[in-house]
Amino acid sequence: MKLGILVNEGPYQHEASDSAYLFCKAALAKGHEIHRVFFYHDGVNNSTRLTEPPQDDRNIVERWSRLAAEHGVDLVVCVAAALRRGIKDENLAPGFRISGLGQLVETGIRSDRLVVFGD
Amino acid sequence: MDTPDNAGMAEGATRKFMFVNRKAPYGTVYALESLEVVLISAAFEQDVSVAFVDDGVYQLKKGQQTKGIETKNFSPTYRALPDYDVEKLYVERESLDARGLDVADLIVDVTVLSAAEMGALMEAQDVVISF
Repeated sequence: MKLGILVNEGPYQHEASDSAYLFCKAALAKGHEIHRVFFYHDGVNNSTRLTEPPQDDRNIVERWSRLAAEHGVDLVVCVAAALRRGIKDENLAPGFRISGLGQLVETGIRSDRLVVFGD
Repeated sequence: MDTPDNAGMAEGATRKFMFVNRKAPYGTVYALESLEVVLISAAFEQDVSVAFVDDGVYQLKKGQQTKGIETKNFSPTYRALPDYDVEKLYVERESLDARGLDVADLIVDVTVLSAAEMGALMEAQDVVISF
């Protein structure tokens, strides 16, 4: 099955990003395809490479980057939401790209299921 | 990716999109950013519905005054939705009743549905995006 993912919450504050990541891993392991992960609202904060969690905690941003590197998952950050929150190309972590809300609508059209992770 | 930003819909595909608004208009940014997606989705010529449930019904409340919180009052934009061919607005009756609201309190014309009817309508969608 081809899946689209929407992440509406920031890392660490809320479990939505963890759940979305674990869902993606599980879906890929089962042979499903992730068409795109779209980051919206505070979800855009998952994409900043300035994030530095304590050593004994998971690195949520790096985890997403690794998912993109290892599985070619398209990680798209909403430009309007990103600019509001100080996310720009210069502090974007590897594997993410900034684009418009149209990319969310498009993944809704192209995916068999769009799964929303948020509050 | 070869897909353009606000175009590039799948070959002639029209899907039923429903945006579900569950939060009060201010306090968090969900309502404003939801409205932004609704407007973008209209450019994709999809079959768009917008639902208002729980505190989301407050988004349509008449007489919003935001000067005191130094936030933009975006409620007039809901009235512009028909200009974007977004004409299917649904409000859950139970949510209105629980908050002492009536359709006369709302700034736009809506279809009022029971929770069960709303559930059935959600079931009939291809894509449900909730904020």
